[in-house]
Order: sequence, then C-alpha cells, then structure tokens
Amino acid sequence: MTEHAIDARGARTTWHLAEEEDHDHGGNGATVLGFWIYLMSDALIFASLFAMFGVVSTSYAGGPVPREIFDLKLVALNTAFLLASSITFGEAMPHMEAGRVGPTRFWLAITGLLGLAFVGVELYEFSHLIAEGAGPQRSAFLSAFFTLVGTHGAHVTVGLIWIAASLIQLGQHGLIQPMKRRLICLSMFWHFLDIIWIGVFTFVYLYGVIR
Amino acid sequence: MSDSLLKSVFGRLTWESFPFHEPILLTTFIVVSLLGLGIVGAVTKYRLWGYLWGEWFTSVDHKKIGIMYIILGIIMLLRGFSDALMMRAQQAVAFGANEGYLPAHHYDQIFTAHGTIMIFFVAIPLVVGIINFVMPLQIGARDVAFPFLNNLSFWLTAAGAVLVMISLFVGEFARTGWLSYAPLAELAYSPDTGVDYYLWSLQIAGVGTTLSAINMVATIIKMRAPGMTMMKMPVFCWTALCSNVLAIAIFPALTAAFFLLMLDRYVGTNFFTNELGGAPMMYWNMVWIWGHPEVYVLVLPAFGIYSEITATFSGKPLFGYSSMVYATVVITILSYLVWLHHFFTMGAGPTVNSFFGIATMVISIPTGAKIFNWLFTMYKGDIRFELPMWWVVAFMLTFTVGGMTGVLLAIPPADFVFHNSLFLVAHFHNVIIGGVVFALFAGMTYWFPKAFGFKLDEFWGKVAFWGWVIGYWIAWTPIYVVGLMGEPRRVHHFDDTSIQPYFVIAAIGALIILVGILGFVMSIVMGFVKRKQLADTTGDPWNGRTLEWSTSSPPPEYNFAITPVVHDLDAWYDMKARGYERPKEGFRPIHMPRNTGSGVILAGLALALGFGMVWYMWWLAALSFAGLLVVAVGHTFNLKRDYFIPEDEVTRTESERRQLLAAGA
Amino acid sequence: MSTEPYDAALHAHGDTHGHGSRLGYRVGSLLAIVLTVVPFWLVMSQSGPAPGWMAAVIFALAVSQIAVHVICFLHLDTRSEGGWTLLAFLFTAVIVVITIGGSIWVMFHLNTNMMPMPGAHMGPVR
Repeated sequence: MTEHAIDARGARTTWHLAEEEDHDHGGNGATVLGFWIYLMSDALIFASLFAMFGVVSTSYAGGPVPREIFDLKLVALNTAFLLASSITFGEAMPHMEAGRVGPTRFWLAITGLLGLAFVGVELYEFSHLIAEGAGPQRSAFLSAFFTLVGTHGAHVTVGLIWIAASLIQLGQHGLIQPMKRRLICLSMFWHFLDIIWIGVFTFVYLYGVIR
Repeated sequence: MSDSLLKSVFGRLTWESFPFHEPILLTTFIVVSLLGLGIVGAVTKYRLWGYLWGEWFTSVDHKKIGIMYIILGIIMLLRGFSDALMMRAQQAVAFGANEGYLPAHHYDQIFTAHGTIMIFFVAIPLVVGIINFVMPLQIGARDVAFPFLNNLSFWLTAAGAVLVMISLFVGEFARTGWLSYAPLAELAYSPDTGVDYYLWSLQIAGVGTTLSAINMVATIIKMRAPGMTMMKMPVFCWTALCSNVLAIAIFPALTAAFFLLMLDRYVGTNFFTNELGGAPMMYWNMVWIWGHPEVYVLVLPAFGIYSEITATFSGKPLFGYSSMVYATVVITILSYLVWLHHFFTMGAGPTVNSFFGIATMVISIPTGAKIFNWLFTMYKGDIRFELPMWWVVAFMLTFTVGGMTGVLLAIPPADFVFHNSLFLVAHFHNVIIGGVVFALFAGMTYWFPKAFGFKLDEFWGKVAFWGWVIGYWIAWTPIYVVGLMGEPRRVHHFDDTSIQPYFVIAAIGALIILVGILGFVMSIVMGFVKRKQLADTTGDPWNGRTLEWSTSSPPPEYNFAITPVVHDLDAWYDMKARGYERPKEGFRPIHMPRNTGSGVILAGLALALGFGMVWYMWWLAALSFAGLLVVAVGHTFNLKRDYFIPEDEVTRTESERRQLLAAGA
Repeated sequence: MSTEPYDAALHAHGDTHGHGSRLGYRVGSLLAIVLTVVPFWLVMSQSGPAPGWMAAVIFALAVSQIAVHVICFLHLDTRSEGGWTLLAFLFTAVIVVITIGGSIWVMFHLNTNMMPMPGAHMGPVR
C-alpha cells in the first residue's frame, strides 16, 4: 500500500511507505545505540573521578604514599582476571550469534566467575589497606583512590548481577531476539569496564608507583 | 522505648525536627495540607484514582509524560516563586533597625531552595516536558525510543521534587546557596539535614534527567520519519538534540561532584574538606563543569521554540536554517569550555582567566547570529501578532540586554568587581527569564491547542504576558543598579538605608510578575471554561509548518496512523502546498508499548532511600536500596511489554477525524 | 527533487552487528595481553627508562590498549549505527580530555598562586 499525490509539476510524490517492516521496534532498534550513549555518560562519571584523583593524587597529608601501599603483584593478578573475563566474554558472543544456548551460558558463567575473582581480590586489597591504617579517611589521595577504584568495582558487581540474571533468563527463554539484544549490551558493558580498568591500572597504580 | 531503639528506628528524626515553633512554616504547612487533603478528597470522591493510575501515572505515552512534566514544573514554579516573593519582601523592609520578618537561617534556606527549585524542578521539567511532547510528533515518530525509561525518568524527577518539598516541613533545607559550595556544605559547617536533602533530591532527579536525555538523543537519531535527513529536521529538534547531548555530557560531572560530597559527609573522606589535603575549589570546578553548560541545556531548546514560532507566524521558512543548526552545534561545544568564568576570583593566574574569559566572549557570536536569523525571518514576512509571537519579540528585546551584561561579566578584571554582586544575580535572571521562561510560556501557548484541543484564553494570556514583561523590568532594573554599586548577593539585612527604594521597587516588580503567573493559570482555567469556543478541530490552528500540526488535536495515542514520508524541511507546509491527502484505508495494526507501574515503584523506592539516608534511618535506606535492586532486576524478567492496536480501531479513529475535518471545512 | 519513490535512504533500516567476529577477538586479545604485560613488566622489573620517560611510555601503551579494546572488543567502526557510535565516542573523548586536562590545569594553576601549605604538595605549572 503506497499513497501517491500529484503535485503542481505533475510528478508523483510518495507520502507514505508501506509498513511491512516495523520502523520503530525492529531488530535491535535504538537499544544498542542508546546503551552506547549511556556508556559514554558513564565514562564521563569516571572522567570526573579521574580528574578528582589527578588533582589530589599527591595530597598525601603526611600519610602513606603509593609506593608503600600498592602491591603491584596483586594488581597484576586482578588485571589478568579482568582481561581474561573480557576474552571469555568474546568467546560467548559467536555462540550467541549462532543461537547456541549451552555454550553461550557456559562462557558467560566463566566470565562471571572471573569477575567474581576480580571483585574478591579488590575487596581483599581494600580490607588490607584499611587494616593498615590507609583507609579512605586518611588523606585526599586515599579518598580519591578508594572512590575511583571502588566505583569501578561497584560497576563490576552490577555486571555480575546482570550476568546472573542473564543466565537465568537464557534458561527461561533461550536466545530470543530481546535476549540477544541484552547480551550485546551486557558485552559492551563488560568490555567498557575493562577499558576503564586500563586507565585505573596505568594512572593510579603504575604511574603512582613510579612518580 | 529506650533512646537507642528510637535512634535506630528514626535515626536523627525527632519532634524538634518539625518546625512547630516557626509560625510562617506552620501556616504554610497547614495551608498545603488542607489543599492536599482537598485534592485527595476530590480525587477519591470522583473515583479518579483508577483513571489517574491507569491513564497517567503508569503511562508510557510521550505526550502524557510530557504533560505530567509540565504540570510538575508549574506546581514547582508556584513554590519557587513564593520563595522569591518572600525574599523580595524581606529585602524591601530589612533596613537599619528593622531586621525584617525572616530569621537569617530561614532566609538562607529560602534563597537556596529558590535557586535549586527554579533550575532543577521548574526549568528542567518544563523544558524536558515540551521536548517530550513536541519532538516525537515533529519527527513523525509514534513514541520515544525507550518508553518505559521515559516514565521512570519523569517519576525520578518527581521524587526529587517531593524530597525537596518534604524538607519544608520535616527538618531543614540547605542554607548553602543553590550549588552548595564546599567547604561550607561539609559536615563540619552544615551538620544538619539541609545539605543531605539537597544532595539526595538532586541526585535522584539527576538520574532521571540523564536517562531522559539519553532517551531523547536515541529517539532523534533512530526514529525520524523516512526522508527526514538531519538537515530536514525541524530546528526545535536540532536544539533538543544538542541540548540533550550536552546534558549527557555534563550531568556525570554533577553526579560525581555530589557523590564525592556525599562521601565526605557520610563516610568521612577528604575530597573537599579543609583538612588532610582536601581541595574545596575542585568542588566548584566540577559543579561548574556542569553548571555553565546547563544554562545552554535550558536555553538551546528555548531558541528552538522561538525559531518554530517565528517561522510559523512570519509565514516564511526560517531564515538561515543551516546557520542556525551550525550555531547551535558550535554553542554546544563552546559552552563546555567556559566554566571557570564562574570563579575568576578563585586565584588562578592570568593564563587560565584570560583563556576562559575569551572563550566566554566568543559564545556571544553564534548567539548573535541566531538573533539576526530571527530578525531576518520576520523581515518582509507576513507577520501575525498572536500571543506566542508577542513572547518572541519580548524575548529578543530582553535577552539581548542580558547577553550584553554577560559579556561585561566575561571580562576577568571587571568580574573581580561584579563577582557575587547583585549585578550578577540580575544578569542571570535577565537571561533565564528573558531567554528560557519567556520561551516556555511562548511554547506552552503555542502547543497547548495541540495537547488539549483548545487554545488558551487570549485575554488572560495577554495579562500573563504583560505581567511577566513589565514585572521583569521593574523587578530587575533596580537590582542591576544596586549591584553595580557593589551590593553583594544573598544578604539578609542592609545597614545602608539609602538603597531601600531600589528594593521596594524590585518588590513591586515581583508582585507584577505574580499577576503574570496568575494570569497564565487563569488563561488555562478560562480556556477550559470556554473550550467549545476555543476548540481546534483542524489540528492546525496556527497554520503551522512542521509535522506535529498534521495530526489531530489532541493526537491519537499512536500519533500517526501511517508514518509520513518527509520531502522538505517544513514537512507539513510542503504537504499542504502539494495537495497531500489523508489516507482513507490500508491501516495496519499498530505496535505500541504497554503501560507499566515499575517507574512509579522504582521512584517511590528511590524517594524512601533518599529520606532514609537524610535522616540516618539506615534500615529504611538498606531496605529501599534492596527493593530498588529487586524491582529493577525483576522488571527485566517481564518480556510482555507491548501490544497491538487492532486495525479496525485505527480505521475508526481515523474516519472520525476525517469527518471532523470535513465538518470544519 | 519531487520524485523519489525509491530513495535508498528511506529503506535503510536496521544494522548489521559484528559482535560475533572471532578473528577480531583473537587479534584483539593477543594485542591486549601484550599491551598489559609490557607496562607491568617495565614498572615491576624497574628496568625501564627514567620516571618521566617511563610515564610517557606507559600512558602511550594505555592509550593504544584502549584503542585496541574499543576497535576489537566494542567493534567501533565508521559504519555501525550509521557512524553515530563513532561520533558519540569521539565527542566523549574530547569531553574526557577537557574534563580531566582542564580540571588539572585549573587546579594546579590555583595552587601555584596560593601560599604554600604544609602537606599539600603540588607539581609545577605545566
């Protein structure tokens, strides 16, 4: 069904298109783009926290300095966990595209376990620092350190909840279109958190130790 | 009950938290409660709860959400404006021996609440509401990209507003100014609940604003009607796009700054304290990274409204459409490079101050280009001076003066004199009232018939117009003068009685603005009373140019039975000029999103979380936080989110519309 | 311009997503591992250049690793979503640079113009 009208010059003009396809809701619609924009705004929250950290990164107030409190071996381990989880998520995606529920859930679960290990190591590091007297109240530097790293950790925790919900929902619905769309968003979220972590381990830990 | 038990249940909330000893607050409380009871009673009596819940509160229809935003904005305008009247009254009398009628700590809460409410709960909801209502119609879409998110955004904004209103009667609001500068806003200097109310209400509302901005950007990018390329998009949509892009870019900075201040207050960190390496000026830096672009978040859509109205009532396409678009984009980027001009006096060196001073002055160039575009649109146009057009003319005259004083303030050495003076206060009221508020009234007058099917009453609309315009000039010219003399802002009492006449005149001006506000309310009431006479059956009462005027007034819930194809910038004008005919058949079932109560529930839980945190009721905070998680995750388990409007219903609606049009013609 | 019934742009709906490309992931993973191991090794073995140079090297590596992740894991390219994701990313990158760089510039400038405070050491003006 296509409507036509004849304009002054006698040419046919299309005023309406046949609506076999759904303009508004088809495919991934606006979800992937919308989620991308959300990630950009989240990146700017982290940018503000990085700016805060940058401004007070040497305001030790007579307290501990990075070289004394950062255990790079632990950070390297944590970085390995998160990077590995990004790679395992990458393994899940081709299975998802192909509609294979089992392998998708398997790799997603592995990703979740690696993420859990990451959060666990971070909590260990935090409790260790607080026990040493290097808690977030000690100096502006430590406030900014705990907040920046902790906010990242909180995001990873949200990602873990999301992974858990997805594992359940995959069992309920299989790989229907809305689930695929959500997994694409979840993978973007997870990779995004890995990118933020690159900034954290470089700017906070490595640069903190060498400056 | 033991003290410790009371404390663990009620936190720091005690009987003393209720302002029984303050007659002004008590009277307000009684009046507001009676009004509230009256409304609740009326809704119950006429059995409207089901209707309100089913048709409005849970609605995901962008038109209804837009209208709810506007109602919220108007209610909060009344609150914010009564604060303004109280301040003007205090400053008109508090000279010499007279201390005025407001104690200082109450006065400080009032100016803080006035600024906070006017920006976050009046200007933002009204702008977002108009964008929500108009933009999808203008781009030929059936709804926004994420309808549920839209509902949630509104309720989060409303929850923030409710939290501010609660602070009026339970505890205190902040006494720190509308941006709650550190270190004054730190726990050491503001130990009571005021700053906590401020932080939690704005944080909750801020999440709503960010989500709404993401939604609008995705809608504009993905859901334009076929044929509507970016450069065939109405200017209002362009300004809405830039405004929302800017909002996405800046709200994270505010969220982060408030988050860090919260940590300082709740956890004892040292971000903005004076001790242990804290950097209080970093708070200013972060809030102004948000704060300056925020002005453009508000004023860009205002420019869009003026552009639409000028083109419609001049009977001409907008002059210099592409230059208008480029100017908007340039302002979007430049506005992010000027934040430091809000604290030139901080103590940075000449390099920093001159960079930000020059960047500020440069913004006036694209803005000036826009003014010329509107003037050239009117030039040799067939101008119809209807009410919306009056507001445009008043805007051009008023806003230009505000822009000029802005350029004065942009010069760092001059700013050392003007900083924190009433001159500055007069400047930003000049641009916000003359730029944003006039646009909001113009826009509400212009699109009201589209939303409700009848025009606003013209006589009372003119009362509103003259009240605002005359009132503005009488209220703020004297403030410019005393500001130039060096009178600082936020002052509760003056020793120098020679400047009292200026403040008396300003108070009279505020009363004239009150006439304007009441005139606007009356124009709605009288419009409703005379809705038969003022009815719009055509859907196109102003001979409009853009797609929203091609639908009926009010539009059906699906907006467009068949999505139109766009060939020209002024799509509807083009359709009318080339003999467009409404489709009579071939309708198909329309895919629509289903209403949901999740938004109301999530926002209610967020409100409970904020209240619990403000009063240190940890159990309430923990419970509502857990509730938020459960409801949010639970919502993702519900995949039945859409339905189809059957074909015969669409056909019936459309044929009724055709009969109405035929009867009117 | 009055007849355009078969305008291709009118019919362009939906996008193809490359979220499943195995090769991209493999190459990206390899590069990401290298770009992570090298800075850690440089700092932990203390065998790298002087601190100033070292900082430049690890920041350069971080920027390249971010680029690798964005291209190989987030599949950012000029085509996806009609170029809007790329535009949004570039805009965000500019805003991130302004926010972080601008804040640090402004705040360091402030501190050099203030009286020295004990315990609040700040670097020189850049």
